[in-house]
Amino acid sequence: MAELTHDRGGPRGRVAVLKPQVFAWVQDYGVYAAVLALLLFNVLFTPHFLDASNFRTQLVQVTPIVIVSLGMALVIGTQGIDLSVGSVMALAAALVVLYLGYGWLPALVVAVIGGAVVGAAGGALVAYVGVQPIVATLALLVGVRGLANVLVPQLVEFRNPDLIALGSSSVAGIPVIVLIAAALTVIVLFVVRRTTFGRQVVAIGGNRSASELSGLPVRRVLLLVYVISGLLAALAGVLATARLQASDPTSLGMFIELSAITAVVVGGTPLTGGRIRVLSTVMGALLMQLLAATLIKHNLPQSWTQMVQAVIILAAVYATRKRETR
Amino acid sequence: MNREQLSRTLQQHGAVMVLGTLVIVGSLAFDSFATPANAASVVVSSSFLAIIAIGMTFVIISGGIDLSVGSLFVLGGVLAAYGSQYGMLVALLLPLAVCGVVGLLQGLVIARTGMAPFIVTLAGLLGVRGLMLAISDEGATTYLVKDRAFAALGQGEILGLSYPVYITAVLALAAMVLLQRTGFGQNVYAIGGNEQAAALMGVPVARTKVYVYVMSALLAGLAGALNAARLSSGVTILGIGLELDAIAAVVIGGTLLTGGAGGITGSVAGVLLLGVIQSLINQVGNLTSAFQQVVSGLFLALVVVAQRLLSKAQRLT
Amino acid sequence: MRRTELEAVLEARGVSKRFPGVLALDGVSLALRPGEVHALVGENGAGKSTLIKVFTGVYQPDGGELRYQGGPAAFGTPLEAQRAGISTIYQEVNLVPMMSVARNLLLGREPRGRLGVIDAAAMYGEAERVLSGYGVDTDVRRPLRTLGVGAQQMVALARAVSVDARVVIMDEPTSSLEPREVETLFGVIRRLRDSGIAVMYVSHRLDELYRVCDQVTVLRDGRLAHTGPLAELERLRLISLMLGRDQNEVRTEGLTSFSREHAEGDERGSGNGAPVVEARGLTRRHVLDGVDVSVKPGEVVGLGGLLGAGRTETAKAIVGALPLDGGQVLVAGAPLRAGSTSAAIRAGVSLLPEDRKAEGIIPTLSVRENIALAALPSMGRAGVVSEAKIDRIVEIFMRRLRIKAASPHQLVSELSGGNQQKVLLARWLAVRPKVLLLDEPTRGIDVGAKAEVQALIDELAREGLGVLLISSDLEELVEGADRILVLREGAVVGELSGDEVTEERIMATIAEQSDGRADA
Repeated sequence: MAELTHDRGGPRGRVAVLKPQVFAWVQDYGVYAAVLALLLFNVLFTPHFLDASNFRTQLVQVTPIVIVSLGMALVIGTQGIDLSVGSVMALAAALVVLYLGYGWLPALVVAVIGGAVVGAAGGALVAYVGVQPIVATLALLVGVRGLANVLVPQLVEFRNPDLIALGSSSVAGIPVIVLIAAALTVIVLFVVRRTTFGRQVVAIGGNRSASELSGLPVRRVLLLVYVISGLLAALAGVLATARLQASDPTSLGMFIELSAITAVVVGGTPLTGGRIRVLSTVMGALLMQLLAATLIKHNLPQSWTQMVQAVIILAAVYATRKRETR
Repeated sequence: MNREQLSRTLQQHGAVMVLGTLVIVGSLAFDSFATPANAASVVVSSSFLAIIAIGMTFVIISGGIDLSVGSLFVLGGVLAAYGSQYGMLVALLLPLAVCGVVGLLQGLVIARTGMAPFIVTLAGLLGVRGLMLAISDEGATTYLVKDRAFAALGQGEILGLSYPVYITAVLALAAMVLLQRTGFGQNVYAIGGNEQAAALMGVPVARTKVYVYVMSALLAGLAGALNAARLSSGVTILGIGLELDAIAAVVIGGTLLTGGAGGITGSVAGVLLLGVIQSLINQVGNLTSAFQQVVSGLFLALVVVAQRLLSKAQRLT
Repeated sequence: MRRTELEAVLEARGVSKRFPGVLALDGVSLALRPGEVHALVGENGAGKSTLIKVFTGVYQPDGGELRYQGGPAAFGTPLEAQRAGISTIYQEVNLVPMMSVARNLLLGREPRGRLGVIDAAAMYGEAERVLSGYGVDTDVRRPLRTLGVGAQQMVALARAVSVDARVVIMDEPTSSLEPREVETLFGVIRRLRDSGIAVMYVSHRLDELYRVCDQVTVLRDGRLAHTGPLAELERLRLISLMLGRDQNEVRTEGLTSFSREHAEGDERGSGNGAPVVEARGLTRRHVLDGVDVSVKPGEVVGLGGLLGAGRTETAKAIVGALPLDGGQVLVAGAPLRAGSTSAAIRAGVSLLPEDRKAEGIIPTLSVRENIALAALPSMGRAGVVSEAKIDRIVEIFMRRLRIKAASPHQLVSELSGGNQQKVLLARWLAVRPKVLLLDEPTRGIDVGAKAEVQALIDELAREGLGVLLISSDLEELVEGADRILVLREGAVVGELSGDEVTEERIMATIAEQSDGRADA
């Protein structure tokens, strides 16, 4: 029966990739090299690049993308994808102003719980019903953005000083939200590297049937991955709202799923799952931000940034793709 | 009718049935729903999405996905408006040529390198948006449609319905014939259903894929051009997220995202369903249009869950 | 017979095919003549699939010559072979499941009407007409997948024949057919033969071979073991050609690494208390038919039988990885939750799967992570893994199993097959199972690793672990197991213990039983 199909392992799938070492090196360190090269270029050719204020602006801008990409990296590690993150940010923005009357912390908690619930819905569809991740989270992208708009139909400015402080204050010259993003990065890094859960995530992405035979709680882990992604997206939404000093569910987080996927992919995490590169994902987000900033600083318009981004995505995926896609 | 046939019928015609039910319920509930004016406005506003959804149907049946159509729609509109200063022919051909080339490139990359359609067309989405911004001074320039005849293409009416509705209808009919009654259509189903088997059965897999992405891009460009004609300008901010609406409509229409099954009728019904939902929500009055998104999202989730269960039911024979 | 004098339509002359590390085909010759049904048999790894793939253009031979219709042939792709007239019917039907029966049958050759569009009515009529000749009486508008597997195969066969096939290769065509469907298939095969088509028939169901085949070719370990008229070959002889080794071969290649007393089944194996795992009446349609298995602590129970007899399925059913229609598994007397691998593992029952690549290793992870995978929940506190604990376990097992890797951090996919297998064994030993189900533990690994794995099984059993051993290597089975259950078509047809555990008795049990069924 099943025994017949693999007489001594088919060799076709293992056709050697052209110069495998080069590909492997690009996949592992390409993003770091690119960030370094861009930094060097800017130090040499961009006036005022080394100003602290410039640095701060860049970092603050990239923060939501970094936080969202952390969750996206986990999801992609399981061979999944989460398109709902931008809408979850919007929902969090809506929830946070709705509950701001109870204080900023309860509002934040409600917003984050909201994100987790959306993530759980997507995760349940994927893990228990067996819907493809892309459709399951597409439904959420559409529906949750609508929900956020129903809750808060137009832009609402707020004056809660604590929330504003969260978005604009600095510690030792570093914006708080950047510190939070850094802390989250460390936490996710810890989860991926040091926890049972993190290893199970990677194993499931690497070989689902082997993971099932090894007794891993595959469905529960998948569910949890989407919950975490929702949670992080909600947090990113709250932080972005705090920085804007206004809740804008109509446009907040629009297309951030694309930036997050880009960051993950450019960081060298393969879309085929089984590997999660947390720091490289952060680097990927930084690279795209730096690239946009560089082009703008040198008077190249946004249109160029997007076209260059497109090329970089293709190149990154081409470098990380497995030869034996069916 | 046994369970398997029932589930198959539901899967294929569920969208049409729900559409019919909604229209009847809406007519009974709201006096202003079943008026010719309202029907015309639903049909007209759905026609552009329908054109895109037709192309998307081919792509999804072939087992792929095309995220670039929203950007191509906008690009098509801008190019058409720009081209209209040279006359109607240029206004139509310029967007089709450019979008066709984009589709060709995407199709070639997907077919030749085996990279995931999702990621290739995601890059396409970004790249095309960049291109659109580049030719419109970063979105600051809105070209106006100069050619009267071209503008009439989007604005002229017969029997209270504007031309794009008829164009959509003709395209849908042609697409149905293409999908059901030609070798190309059979090949699209075959590679979406089982690519390896299709190759063994002599289907030109790579070529079929390329055609499918070219078609999708052409239709998106055409929809954009018609929209520009209707609005008399190449608006640079519309069309954002349109690819997701198109995918949602196709999936609601019963086309499986895994490929291999589905049809044009369903997709058109899916588009109309989204339009009717919006119209009904407008009828209710004090609900915002955001509510429509909630309903659409819920509806999409219900449909994919139902599809999962239906396809499980069919496998049990 | 006249037909043996005809010139071969498809012929392999001394064909060899080498994959990294293995010689899958070693100078195999086979001649397929028009109007004959030619059985191709052999156990796993014998080279059947490789040979079929050489015939059908999936692989190019490294040595030897392929001849077709009297001239040398080289098929670059399966499509080329098919266009030349060589059609293959796979056990998983290679059609498009969601397309209608008619469209599958006629894809690429649809009848055209006006304007060159497909004439649907004519297409359905044509499909009905063609399929009625194959005993398929169904609505041809239905999606193919709603048909039974038998009917799907008939559609595939009808398609193959109608594209003007000269050679039809059938790979395990009856594995999921009902008896009535098998009869129809045989009718069709005879009709093909009478019309001068050459049929190559791959199956492990000996009764069927003797009913429809004229010639037989036996492959073993990539080499030709026998070829000739089937009727002249006794059933027991055929089985020994497939499974057994000649006496002198055993002598030259030496014994397995199982210890002597073990092979003879001493008191330790039999009657040492209650069984640690006991499966009762495992049943699944077409696959398992009321299988009972029990393993006691320290006992090695072998599962014998030909390929497709239900050995792998039995093992999977025990650990809950195969949905069952009926039956129960007890561990230490307590019933196991059905369908839950993790419950089985917690209860102490683990499976080393047969397909290392698809179901065993996680290719993207290191040796270390692969070893620790199943034991992770016990490797730390509050969900945080203890690296020190893992290091310790990994070090212990890498040393004990002599896993050769550059470091524990090397990717498991870079290791040799033997070392990968040891990594998987280590994964299971790390969870301290009471019973280990080993499905072909030494297949596809080098001689040295094989001996080490065998010695390890022996050692583990001596320490009190219950082992269920599945192996197509009869020698390994006989020397490794204390007791052997012989399976045939999903049912236990014999139990051998003590002095009965010999290669001859196993083969005789398989043959005997198939004779019995043939008479019935």
